[in-house]
Amino acid sequence: MPSLGADMEAGTVSQWLVKVGDEVHRGDVVAVVETEKSTIEVEIFESGTIAEILVPPGKRVPVGAVLAHVTSGAGHAANTVPSVSTATPAVPRAPVVTAAHAATVDAAISPPAPVARRSTVHSPVLRHLAQELGVDLVTLTGSGPGGAVTRDDVEKAGGRRGDGTRRRGRATGKPKSVPPAELQPVTRVSSSPLARRKAADLGIDLSAVRGTGPHGSVIERDVRLAAAPALPEKAGPGTTVADDRAAAMRRAIGALMARSKREIPHYYLSTTIDLTAAAAWLEQANIERPVTARLVLPVLLLKATALAVGHVPEMNGFMIDDVFHPSEAVHVGVAVSLRTGGVIAPAIHDTGGLSLDELMTALKDLVGRARAGVLRSSEMSDPTITVTNLGDLGVEAVFGVIYPPQVALVGFGRVTEQPWAHAGMLGIRPCVTATLSADHRVSDGHRGARFLTEINRLLQEPEKL
Amino acid sequence: MTSEEARQLIRSVLHQVAPEADMDDVGEGETLQEALDLDSIDFLNFVIGLNEETGLEIPERDYPQLSTVGGCVTYLTSTR
Repeated sequence: MPSLGADMEAGTVSQWLVKVGDEVHRGDVVAVVETEKSTIEVEIFESGTIAEILVPPGKRVPVGAVLAHVTSGAGHAANTVPSVSTATPAVPRAPVVTAAHAATVDAAISPPAPVARRSTVHSPVLRHLAQELGVDLVTLTGSGPGGAVTRDDVEKAGGRRGDGTRRRGRATGKPKSVPPAELQPVTRVSSSPLARRKAADLGIDLSAVRGTGPHGSVIERDVRLAAAPALPEKAGPGTTVADDRAAAMRRAIGALMARSKREIPHYYLSTTIDLTAAAAWLEQANIERPVTARLVLPVLLLKATALAVGHVPEMNGFMIDDVFHPSEAVHVGVAVSLRTGGVIAPAIHDTGGLSLDELMTALKDLVGRARAGVLRSSEMSDPTITVTNLGDLGVEAVFGVIYPPQVALVGFGRVTEQPWAHAGMLGIRPCVTATLSADHRVSDGHRGARFLTEINRLLQEPEKL
Repeated sequence: MTSEEARQLIRSVLHQVAPEADMDDVGEGETLQEALDLDSIDFLNFVIGLNEETGLEIPERDYPQLSTVGGCVTYLTSTR
C-alpha cells in the first residue's frame, strides 16, 4: 500500500485492474484504492508479470503492506519488496510492487483508462455526455481541429452502438480491467470506481444492484437506474455517507496540518507583483485562441513558480528525519478546493518542463479529476512544492501551511487593480500578492526573498515562460 | 433561442461544471463565480460548455457579460 500523501495511514483496495499472470508495465494503473480524501488509481512501479495478489478487494491495510508480488519478465522467482511507507521515507515515491529487474515485455497492456489521458482531455460537458451514452472517450477518434473530439463525435459513437452496449460505462471499457472472479469473496460485487462513488453518493447498496457491465459488473448507469425509482434527486439517505467522508477528510487534513505546525518552523514572506505584462500577454494570446485552447492566469503563476525553483533549490524537495532531500524534478502540487469541503493538492509532473499549453491541459485535467475524486498514486505522493491560489475567492493574500514532508508553499491572492508607481509616474496596474511559507530548517528569509523575487522577474517576461 | 431555452441550457452546463453546487440558490443577478464557488478553470469550462452547446465562439472580452444568469440569458438570446 503506497503512501498517497503524508496524511494517509491506511487504504482500502477497492478494485484490482489486473489479475495473476497479467503483464504490467511501469506506470500502468493496476488497482484502485480508497483513502479518506479520494479514490486513487495506483500505478505500478516496475514492469513484469503479476505473480500473486495478496490483498483482496474491500480489505483495508496500513501503508507499507504488500499488495501483490510481481515477477520480472524473464521468469525469475517472485521478488517482493514491501512498499515504502512514511516510516522509511528515504524514497518519497512509494513503489507498490517491485521486481529485481525491469524486464522489457513486448506485449503492451494499455492501462485501463477510466479518465482522460493528458493528450485527450475533454471538457466536463463532453465527459458527461460520453458517460451518459457509454462512449469511451479514450478510444474515440475526434473530427474536430487537431483531432479534438467534438460533441458530434460522441453522439455518433453513442448512437451507433446497439442498446446492448450502450450501457457500457467508460470505467469498465476493457475486459483486462475486470478482476478475476476467484479473487473476490462471493459477496463482493464487481463494480467500476464511478459506480461505487455514485452508489456512495446515493446511499445505494451495490450488492443489490444488477450489473450490466462486462462480466456482470456494476457500472454507473446501473446505480443511477437502481436509484431512480426510489430516490428523489435530493434528500437521499446518502447524506450520511457523504458526511462521513467529509468528516474523515477533515480529520485527515487536521492531522496533517497539526503535524506541519508542530514540526515545521515556518517563516512567511510577501510581495506584490505587477501583472501588467502578464495580463497583457495573456489577453493577446487568448484573442487568437478558440475557447477550448484558452489559458488562464494560474498557468503563468504555476510555470513561473516551477522555473524559479531552479534558482532556489532549497524550496523544492522533502524534509525527512531532519535531513533535507532536494528534488531534481519539480512537481508542483496544486491546491484544489473541493466544493463539498476540504482541499487536496495533487502534483502536475515536471511542471517546469511543460509548455503553457500543456500545463493548461494538465491543470484542467487535474482539477477535474481532483473534484471527481479520481487521482493517480503518483500525483498524490510526488508534489515537491505546493502552490495555492485563492485569488478566485477574493482574498488578497494567503499564508499557507506547508504540506509535510515538503518545505515550501507559494500562495497567490486575487488580482486587483492597484495604484502603482513606475518610472516616476503613478498609474493603475493589475497586481497580485505572492506569499511564501517556507521551512526554516532548510532555508532563511534571504533565500526565500530571492525565490519570490525570481517569480516576480519571470512574470515580467511572460513570453519567455 | 428563447429566454427559457437559454436558462435551461445555462443550468445544465453549470450543473456539469459544478455538479455539487445547488443551482436553486442562485439569484438572477448574483455573480456566478461567487454564488457557485467557481474558479477561473470552472468558469472557462462553463464558457466551453456554452460554446459546445451553441457553437458560439465567445471572446474573452465578453466574459463580464456572462457573470450572472441574467447576463448569460441576455447574451445567448441576443447573439445571432
